[in-house]
Amino acid sequence: MRGPRLGDAGVVATETRTSAGELRAFLHGLPGVDQVGADERAARLATRSIKTSAKAEAIDLAISMVDLTTLEGADTPGKVRALCAKGVRPDPADPGVPKVAAICVYPDLAGVAAEAVRGTGVGVASVATAFPSGRAPLEAKLADTRAAVAAGATEIDMVIDRGAFLAGDYLKVHEEIVATRQACGDAHLKVIFETGELATYDNVRRASWLAMRAGADFIKTSTGKVAPAATLPVTLVMLEAVRDFRDATGRQVGVKPAGGIRTTKDAIRYLVLVNETAGPDWLTPRWFRLGASSLLNDLLMQRRKLATGVYSGPDHFTKD
Amino acid sequence: MAFEYAPAPESRDIVDIRPSYGLFVGGEFTGGRGEPFKSVNPANEETLAEIARADAADVDRAVAAARAAYDRVWGPMPGRERAKYLYRIARLVQERARELAVLESIDNGKPIRESRDVDVPLVAAHFFYHAGWADKLPYAGFGPDPRPVGVAGQVIPWNFPLLMLAWKIAPALACGNTVVLKPAETTPLTALAFAEICQQADLPPGVVNIVTGAGETGRALVEHDGVDKVAFTGSTEVGKLIARAAAGTRKRLTLELGGKAANVVFDDAPLDQAVEGVVNGIFFNQGHVCCAGSRLLVQESVADALLERLKARMATLRVGDPLDKNTDVGAINSAAQLDKIRMLSEAGEAEGAGRWSPPCELPQRGFWFAPTLFTGVAQSHRIAREEIFGPVLSVLTFRTPAEAVEKANNTPYGLSAGVWTEKGSRVLWMAERLRAGVVWANTFNKFDPASPFGGYKESGFGREGGRHGLEAYLNV
Repeated sequence: MRGPRLGDAGVVATETRTSAGELRAFLHGLPGVDQVGADERAARLATRSIKTSAKAEAIDLAISMVDLTTLEGADTPGKVRALCAKGVRPDPADPGVPKVAAICVYPDLAGVAAEAVRGTGVGVASVATAFPSGRAPLEAKLADTRAAVAAGATEIDMVIDRGAFLAGDYLKVHEEIVATRQACGDAHLKVIFETGELATYDNVRRASWLAMRAGADFIKTSTGKVAPAATLPVTLVMLEAVRDFRDATGRQVGVKPAGGIRTTKDAIRYLVLVNETAGPDWLTPRWFRLGASSLLNDLLMQRRKLATGVYSGPDHFTKD
Repeated sequence: MAFEYAPAPESRDIVDIRPSYGLFVGGEFTGGRGEPFKSVNPANEETLAEIARADAADVDRAVAAARAAYDRVWGPMPGRERAKYLYRIARLVQERARELAVLESIDNGKPIRESRDVDVPLVAAHFFYHAGWADKLPYAGFGPDPRPVGVAGQVIPWNFPLLMLAWKIAPALACGNTVVLKPAETTPLTALAFAEICQQADLPPGVVNIVTGAGETGRALVEHDGVDKVAFTGSTEVGKLIARAAAGTRKRLTLELGGKAANVVFDDAPLDQAVEGVVNGIFFNQGHVCCAGSRLLVQESVADALLERLKARMATLRVGDPLDKNTDVGAINSAAQLDKIRMLSEAGEAEGAGRWSPPCELPQRGFWFAPTLFTGVAQSHRIAREEIFGPVLSVLTFRTPAEAVEKANNTPYGLSAGVWTEKGSRVLWMAERLRAGVVWANTFNKFDPASPFGGYKESGFGREGGRHGLEAYLNV
């Protein structure tokens, strides 16, 4: 869709004075998403058969896109350090395995993670803005964000106010993203929609455009705390949105499905989806991430199977 | 980074193609008296097998076998007993699904993804569905005890060889008829595999007979005196000949013929899904689909946006080896069909339409045609009026809903149509006015054994599938 229906999609959020009426008219003027058709398209792409050399490339690419995540109340500095060690060197037996993209933690542990990955090129992503519910005053959300950045987070994964979105108060959601964007400073901003709560694909498309207009560097499906988390069709709709947004504005925005991606097969299906929807420009950790905790070990297992021809049991890979 | 998919060929070891095949008459494979012909793999022009050709005497033998089976076994058999055979056939189709899919792709050229995910599952579904009807015919709305017609002579096309066989044989058998079926000369192999399935299912001899051959064999079958009902799917041209031959005889006739369907996209359509639907509508099965959405009617206000997306999407279509699991568009079925597609495409250019195809490397051997679209097409162009039966889309625009209806209906055909709009009332408004046997809303090329399928105007008459489809095989 070149030339969106209403004019200013291209203006990056920090410079925008957006009115509630204009924003609403814009978001509701986007072409609809037919749910049956989107589901079908995603299911059909999931039947792609990725074998041999293509599979080997895909596994390494997927490893390099992982945001290795721990988001538990029971997280400790020790747990986070172990995870960082894993992310920097996923398979101690094979130095050829790429590093993950980032370690994703709660804000109070961002400092521990930043210390542990210093100098490795692995990023530190911190969730913020009263993750996962987003139910806190804006000031608290911004303080949360600033603290994470000050502690060394290079990426902030914020949640949107789903209540405001579902109530139709798009301007509030927009303004919170703009404010968080400012609080991020140099850190990259990922905006989490919690698509399991937005429910419809029309809402996912609207949330995508809203976040991109407000200055998001990445749009992300889910917190991992609500089912369903990431799904192929939701990610398809978001990939269409970033593709169209770049066509309309020239600015590229990344996509991160998160939650429920556990197997190599799952990961490869996402890569196929990227390849055939947004296109190869998105097939780098700069523009596509996989938010996951248990996925990495399955990727490592499949990688070794492909290289050696035999499966190594789960105890041959570290649990962190 | 570029993500190239490595070849992912489905193994062809699962099929065992014999060097030669006979006719299936009276439950046994027999020779044919005509000069045998060859079936080739359209993806590489390799000869697959030599096939017996049935002459008039062979057809006579097959009809006699069908008549005997009808009189002695199948006609008198209670519906609940017939159902058991149909269920058994359905399960055997499922058990041999991979083999049938590979065989279909080799003989026809269609991508394995389609034969595996569409053709063969639908074949099984048709037998399951009609098995369910066999003992419930008194409740089909055709009277308390509807009787079969007798012996059905059935002639099917090459685009969905096994699926068209299922559409013909399943309802005929469920209603108590016996059949003589002639598959298309370029795609006889899955019909002959089906004959084996009939043997495996212990179907009484003569209930299903398969005679292979070309047009002459088909003519001998439909003109045969012992045939009570003729069912034909194929070109309008041949359909007219058959209608003339059947006129004035006692034979009942159903015809499912050509099409030039309009896929109508309004400015409030879900654009990304509409693009998928347009692609599916014309590039599914290389466009060898009688109900293909071969005319895209797009509202002018959204035409540029849609075409831009459509072209980007067409550039991702993977054309090539039908047995590769990642292939989207396979081989054209025959040299003759390829010639016809080329000839009409050249006519499109000559008449001034703009031709476009994505960059696409076609294999050296075999019959191939790149996915193609024509813009700036007028209603008067041949590519807007004649059935191309290939991966060629003609794009026309309209301004108002009334104009869309007028253009969509302005064709001698009337098999199918598609409507793309988020407005439910407009879907209904359009469906009331489109003169087409099937109208799809926000989807295209969806098939289900419970849904009647058939044409208006020169697309034929009679319905296949659903309760309506039973009527053709019942003496009502």
